[in-house]
Amino acid sequence: MITLVTETFDPGATLNAFSAGRLVTGAVASFLGIARGKAGAPVALELEAYPGFTESQIAGIIETAIDRFGLQDVKVIHRVGPIPPGDPIVLVLTAAPHRREALEACDFLMDYLKSRAPFWKKEPGPEGPRWIEPTQRDLSDIERWA
Amino acid sequence: MARVLLFGRLRDIAGWRERVFEPADRLSTLKALIRQDDAGLADALDGPGVQAAIDKALTRGDAALRPGAEVAFLPAMSGG
Repeated sequence: MITLVTETFDPGATLNAFSAGRLVTGAVASFLGIARGKAGAPVALELEAYPGFTESQIAGIIETAIDRFGLQDVKVIHRVGPIPPGDPIVLVLTAAPHRREALEACDFLMDYLKSRAPFWKKEPGPEGPRWIEPTQRDLSDIERWA
Repeated sequence: MARVLLFGRLRDIAGWRERVFEPADRLSTLKALIRQDDAGLADALDGPGVQAAIDKALTRGDAALRPGAEVAFLPAMSGG
């Protein structure tokens, strides 16, 4: 359900495979996050994970989403390591009988992934790379689901 | 013996990612060993927002360590 990858991945192929053969699903929602760069910087950001721990924490929130929104299936792919601008960084796919649940679960999972997931993020800055903590916007987004 | 892993800014402060400390039978004795080695790192480990995970499970307060335990110190998580 959750896969961390160190190389780029194909979101379209993943969506096609996830959607195939779903006779009783009705709705698949997807969110694709793309690494946003700054002019001239070869790396948009670098993400560090704790292999094993990061997956198990995200798997826990996926279980919460499945229960809360009545999902049939979830797939999350998250890139780690140095990520060039324009590369896919995260793909969230949710399957449910109806669109509202699929869309809301996708939104819920992204708010968690952007604020609480066990990643450590380094971004290039004017004085060299620096470690980044969640923005105020990320923190207020996650509060919507309390 | 405990295998210590550092993440994020803690790794930059220490200058290493993974090291073995011994003897360490509790989290508190492990932290004392780290303090003897590098007081700056020990202060950072006690700083706000730093959590410890023993064998990939988050822990609070002091805890016993099995021989060969993996102890990770995790600064505030940034999300992806």
